[in-house]
Amino acid sequence: MTTIRPSTLIPLLLLAALAVLPFAAESYYTAFFARVLIYAVAASALNLALGMGGMVSLGHALFLGLGMYSVALPAHFGIDDGWLQLALCVAACGLVGLVTGAISLRTSGIAFIMITLAFAQMGYFLVVSLKQFGGDDGLPIAGASRFFGLELASAEAVYGAAFCLLLALTAWVARLRVSPFGMTLRAGRQNARRVASVGLALPRYQLAAYVLSAVLCGLAGMLLANLNAYASPSSMSWMVSGELIVMVVLGGMGSVFGPLLGALAFLGIEELLKGLTEHWMAIFGLLILAVALLGKSGIAGLLARLDARVPARRSPRLAEGRA
Amino acid sequence: MSAGARPPEGGAPSPGEVVAQRPEGRTMNTLLHTEGLTKRYGALVVTDAVSLDIREGELHAIIGPNGAGKTTLINQLSGELAADAGRVRFAGEDLSATGIAARARRGLLRSYQITSVFDEFTVRENAALAARGARRHAFAFWRGLLQDAAAVAAADAAIAATGLAARAQVIAADLGYGERRQLELAMALAAGPRFLLLDEPMAGMSAQESAAVVELLRGLKRKYTLLLVEHDMDAVFALADRISVLVYGRLLVTGTPDEIRNDPEVRAIYLGDEELHQ
Ligand SMILES: Nc1ncnc2c1ncn2[C@@H]1O[C@H](COP(=O)(O)OP(=O)(O)OP(=O)(O)O)[C@@H](O)[C@H]1O
Ligand SMILES: [Mg+2]
Repeated sequence: MTTIRPSTLIPLLLLAALAVLPFAAESYYTAFFARVLIYAVAASALNLALGMGGMVSLGHALFLGLGMYSVALPAHFGIDDGWLQLALCVAACGLVGLVTGAISLRTSGIAFIMITLAFAQMGYFLVVSLKQFGGDDGLPIAGASRFFGLELASAEAVYGAAFCLLLALTAWVARLRVSPFGMTLRAGRQNARRVASVGLALPRYQLAAYVLSAVLCGLAGMLLANLNAYASPSSMSWMVSGELIVMVVLGGMGSVFGPLLGALAFLGIEELLKGLTEHWMAIFGLLILAVALLGKSGIAGLLARLDARVPARRSPRLAEGRA
Repeated sequence: MSAGARPPEGGAPSPGEVVAQRPEGRTMNTLLHTEGLTKRYGALVVTDAVSLDIREGELHAIIGPNGAGKTTLINQLSGELAADAGRVRFAGEDLSATGIAARARRGLLRSYQITSVFDEFTVRENAALAARGARRHAFAFWRGLLQDAAAVAAADAAIAATGLAARAQVIAADLGYGERRQLELAMALAAGPRFLLLDEPMAGMSAQESAAVVELLRGLKRKYTLLLVEHDMDAVFALADRISVLVYGRLLVTGTPDEIRNDPEVRAIYLGDEELHQ
């Protein structure tokens, strides 16, 4: 017999609401929340490297971009086979992740941040320089990705795909956190020296997590390209990498639901402020500052504090363990 | 502790290995052997051509004044620090170029003078990760670490042996100082060591906690080979089969507790130390 706590219950209710949203909401909101779900997937991907592994990558927009161009480039040549695009995305992100990860992981701390940023900027300028594929202006996508019968042409279709991907990813992360792999990563963030002294070659596990993180971020990019019917280098800029970090930190580093909570809060507040004032960036900056002061436990940490206050309800199966 | 122990390697000593005579008359292999191990920090020679033989099954203590280079020596034996010169052989294998993780997987485990545990994990998770790491890779992405029955059995045995059984579910950060020292030991034990390098396991413990660790070490003797660095002379002379004295990185003398007690050079260094003058 295990208990279901507010820190699990509230995100699950949120997921339930997101499951029915496209059936109830106007197209505009479906598109907006599709974007939230896609960024939640990307943030989940970054959460593996940053939240669990403590690898502060300021270059994950590179993988988002690689995912987008894995759709846009084949589409440019009339290839809309989603499986082929997927294979291209996995290969590109996996390979680039492996090479840049292997090099970046030779360093740590600020140097790691700078090297990941440098690789992402190289990718950004490479794409900008490819004038035949739109360069600075980006590349419109005429035909959406097709997976058997499913075509990611409408916001609803992308929403559905993003929701299912996020759900699967979240369920997996809940297991991963306490699996030998996840525990090794989390142990490495706490005390890297000790991990080695119990026989685990930490860099190998960190590299594997980095590559996994890169590939998953690429999948988010594929969905984003389909949602926007467009791939642009601006999605590869360092600002996007920074936003992903803010989402992970805002939601709660290393937590299961943090990336969803962070992406929702970040994009939701941005959307609200944009409607209120032209100077939304300034207010947004203050909010990010507040988040930094919140500490690394973020929104998930706030929910976990509720657990102590609210008497736990009994449920036979669902439990996530400690926050 | 049987769940955590590796079977001792039986059979005849391989050719070329030193065979030593123990007081009881049993022949023993040299399990760990160093030759001319040297480490410098700038002009400071912290490990000065140390050649050491540790026999299988013995408890070998290393004593020496603060800053003598005891921790630095352990760092080179465990593989955490690369020596500038010299060799390390373990169980007949040259491990001089082998990293710390690979040495740990061969059963060469260490504990730290300054407690080094995973603060966010429970006592059981700490020990189970150590148990897992020494036995199998951790490329497992679905089943929980605590569902690894072999790792958990070894972890629980180590936790019980170090007296932490009642605290298995407590987060390491919430443990008291002495308990954290116990966990430090439990992690090394859970890894199923063949050879334990213990860097001042009793440092900062209360008299009562120290006494418990002495009892624990007495129990570990013979099951494992132990290298014990410790300032508590009562404990060292009570436990050790042999003692080596390290001064300014140099190995001054190695001998039985009686030989060390009566060595004039050692007496000169520890002049005024009651323990040695009893
Ligand atoms: N990374 C380093 N850089 C420079 N000097 C160092 C370094 N590590 C250790 N030393 C020096 O090497 C000497 C030996 O240090 P070590 O920690 O091995 O001594 P110790 O015998 O373990 O001492 P203690 O009994 O206090 O634990 C000391 O003089 C120390 O200052
Ligand atoms: Mg020391």
